[in-house]
Amino acid sequence: MRCAVIVFPGSNCDVDCFYVLRDVLGQNTDYVFHKEKFSPNDFDLIVLPGGFSYGDYLRAGAIARFSNAMESVIRASEKGKLVLGICNGFQILLEAGLLEGAMMKNKDLKFHCHDVYLKVENNSTPFTKLYRENEIIRMPIAHGYGNYYASPETIEKLVTRKQIVFTYCDEEGNLTEKANPNGSVRNIAGICNENRNVLGLMPHPERCAEEILKNTDGKKLFESILEYTKGGLFGGNA
Amino acid sequence: MAMLDEAKKLGLNQKEYEEIVKTLKREPNFIELGMYSVMWSEHCSYKNSKTYLKKFPTKGERVLVGPGENAGIVDIGDGLAVVLKIESHNHPSAIEPYQGAATGVGGIIRDIVAMGARPVALLDSLRFGELKNPRVKYLFNNVVAGIGDYGNSVGIPTVGGETYFSDEYEENPLVNAMCVGIIKIDEIKKGTAKGVGNSVMLVGALTGRDGIHGASFASEELSEDSKEKRPSVQVGDPFMEKLLIEACLEVLKYDFVVGIQDLGAAGLTSACSETASRAGTGIEIDVDLVPKREEGMTPYEVMLSESQERMLLIVKEGYEERVIDAFKKWDLNAVKIGRVTDDGMLRVLENGKKVAEVPAKSLAEGAPVVIHEIIEPEVKRELNNDDIKIPGDLNEVFKKLLSLPNIADKSYIFSQYDYMVRTDTVVPPGSDAAVLRIKGTKKGIALTCDCNAFYCYLDPYEGGKQAVAEAARNIVVSGAKPLAITDCLNFGNPEKNEVIYQFVKSIEGMAEAAEYLKIPVVSGNVSFYNESKNKAVLPTPVVGMVGLIEDISKHTNMAFKKRGDLVILIGENTDELGGSEYIKNIHNIRYGRPPKVDLKKEKMVQEFCLKAIELGLINSAHDVSEGGLAVALAECAILGGLGFKGEIFTDLREDAVLFGEAQSRIIISIDEAEFPTLKRLADEEGIILKVIGFVDKDDFEIVIRNNNRVSKIALSLKEITNIWRNSLKWSLEK
Repeated sequence: MRCAVIVFPGSNCDVDCFYVLRDVLGQNTDYVFHKEKFSPNDFDLIVLPGGFSYGDYLRAGAIARFSNAMESVIRASEKGKLVLGICNGFQILLEAGLLEGAMMKNKDLKFHCHDVYLKVENNSTPFTKLYRENEIIRMPIAHGYGNYYASPETIEKLVTRKQIVFTYCDEEGNLTEKANPNGSVRNIAGICNENRNVLGLMPHPERCAEEILKNTDGKKLFESILEYTKGGLFGGNA
Repeated sequence: MAMLDEAKKLGLNQKEYEEIVKTLKREPNFIELGMYSVMWSEHCSYKNSKTYLKKFPTKGERVLVGPGENAGIVDIGDGLAVVLKIESHNHPSAIEPYQGAATGVGGIIRDIVAMGARPVALLDSLRFGELKNPRVKYLFNNVVAGIGDYGNSVGIPTVGGETYFSDEYEENPLVNAMCVGIIKIDEIKKGTAKGVGNSVMLVGALTGRDGIHGASFASEELSEDSKEKRPSVQVGDPFMEKLLIEACLEVLKYDFVVGIQDLGAAGLTSACSETASRAGTGIEIDVDLVPKREEGMTPYEVMLSESQERMLLIVKEGYEERVIDAFKKWDLNAVKIGRVTDDGMLRVLENGKKVAEVPAKSLAEGAPVVIHEIIEPEVKRELNNDDIKIPGDLNEVFKKLLSLPNIADKSYIFSQYDYMVRTDTVVPPGSDAAVLRIKGTKKGIALTCDCNAFYCYLDPYEGGKQAVAEAARNIVVSGAKPLAITDCLNFGNPEKNEVIYQFVKSIEGMAEAAEYLKIPVVSGNVSFYNESKNKAVLPTPVVGMVGLIEDISKHTNMAFKKRGDLVILIGENTDELGGSEYIKNIHNIRYGRPPKVDLKKEKMVQEFCLKAIELGLINSAHDVSEGGLAVALAECAILGGLGFKGEIFTDLREDAVLFGEAQSRIIISIDEAEFPTLKRLADEEGIILKVIGFVDKDDFEIVIRNNNRVSKIALSLKEITNIWRNSLKWSLEK
């Protein structure tokens, strides 16, 4: 699998995503600087990492979407290539219109860094195939702007088209208010596009993909992608 | 004598002014005077402290760079080294807590980058007044937010620290930020302006009018007028810092960058004079070439500006374009503003015309050292244990202790910091020390900072000793061998006898422990004048420490791991009550002696514990500190989500056993099958250990048997967890 990690000015989880893809999974991985363009066929997976692109001074992700690299990301997504946006990367995908909805400041106005429980709402995406449906997993979050919002009509559409991929839940899998760290509507933690090839999520799978970090629940997300691109899961590359 | 009056207004005294005139062989002009006033402030010159700092042991076989540079460096093998430094940002944080704390973090990061290292972790040592005061809550919330927003944005995990509350800090909180970096040994850089003819380049943010005279402001007591000094507080831009780090680390790989220095206190004046002074050279710069944020800035303002996120590079002649290109990639400025000369002078030009010229060495190192008379103040009241009544209901006492903000869980604070970015955090904040792996090796490092300022107040010598001993113990219980210290000495006005006495004695205590435990001091910072309304803060010599784990798979933390494990106390209980949170909060006693550290015992206990961890015998280890044995056991239980049942046979009073803070004690839990091996090892080493109970499911129970007297704590794990986890939040919401 050929992977790209996009580096925006202010990205800071770029090295973490790179490490998981190259060193943990052993995949061919490149950094792509935001000023560069690339062709849709250059990569099978493009990761938009977490961080504070352009300092998030305007609105999280609002400026990054105008970069050269994002033009190429949009083109690649249209060709069915896999695009994974984590945390700030999710925010950029929303700003770029690759995913629907918007991000607001966390309900309590504070930055949150801790583990959360997630429910895998949809395991028939290239990113989640190795999880069981409704599996409860643990992943860390680290964000100040993770309060997902979309209009009731959009939410309705996301539900019917099964685009909600991860939700915040308690240890038993209940979508409670207490288990929702940021006030996201319907406890939404991650969504995909209609074609299932673009996923955005606030939690950080790259931070829980190794034994030494005492949690490997995020590794399956990357392994799912790998299986998918090998053609093992859906019987062929998209 | 008009200039002398000006000098006094800027904080220089007559003797210092005369020294300047003698050096220059003329009266200084206004710009020169301004430069001297900041460089000779206590904050930059260490004129009140440097005599005493010499007492610290600074050498060791692993020390690559000791005090005097931007940060200290120690060898950890594999061609790698750890870079460490702690610094205070107390005064700015007292009047503008958010920016004060944020720029404190920014400054300490640049100190690490200035050595050529990649910063990998941040820690913070914080002190505030009691949370019942609304202004303290404001200071607290904004300091935490400032640290978080800056560290989170630059992508350096904040992995640890400590936070204490005491009335003495009400108006003068302490904000100490520590940064740790990793570097390849052959890429270490220094802050020197070597090579006559080399270019002096200013990189990063534009220079504005912010922070002028910040260093002088940090060298006086806070007063009613301090709020007017808000413009002396700099404003931070973590996004700019992140770009600056990346661009600097890209060019620092090359030999054509011969020196680098961050622009902190006293801005360009300090960066130019220090780099030239270290190299024995001079620097000539033209303020006209400095990229400015606003028009009409005078040379005086440019030289004294403390605008953040700037660095000074000394670049081999002919390589300037390479630097400019590297910074252009990140859309940053890199501008040649001058050159290295051979005459030892810091010469400032404005559009080619000389406006100031002073010897760099005199600015950087020439401040007359202040000599103090040190007299021991009156002995404080001794504590007699017989006067202290043992409380009947130990459960209530225990619950009260668990709820104290000094003891309760601090996750309310650290969950606002990204402590996981870079994915190296193996033991997150909340244990004795944070543990980080070093990718590409088997190694790890353990990091902590510690100081019990109340102990130092009661006995600065013992307190200083204890701060070093406890920091080392925190490192050891994590499975690491202590490597080096960076210290941040926060005290009141050194012109007061009581303060300078506390200062000197604390250093002596720290130095003795550091020497005995063989942990050199490689960098540090002094912050005086932490006073308000004429009252000094508690003497607070914070010890930042780094330890090395050769095999990261052998690290430990404090959490109990499995039901049925034996819980063992290494070290001995005593009847010491002085200085404890128990005596302070339950009996309202603020006198007496703090617990004593016997360094010989301390060393034995630490070496034994580390050996047992390295042999893989131990499932958890935790240092006994504030709140004593009972609180330490509760922390192991709560973090492990498991209970504890124990019985202690003793001749000591039960409150001393449970809540006394006797030193050199460690609680470990082990699988029963490993006990014979552990016991044999203990006997060989002459270590006293006692099985005091076992890891249980839902109950937390400690029974003390003193001959026929039986007393106990018996509560549910759920109840103590709830109190410990939520008390800090509750105090803030009250």
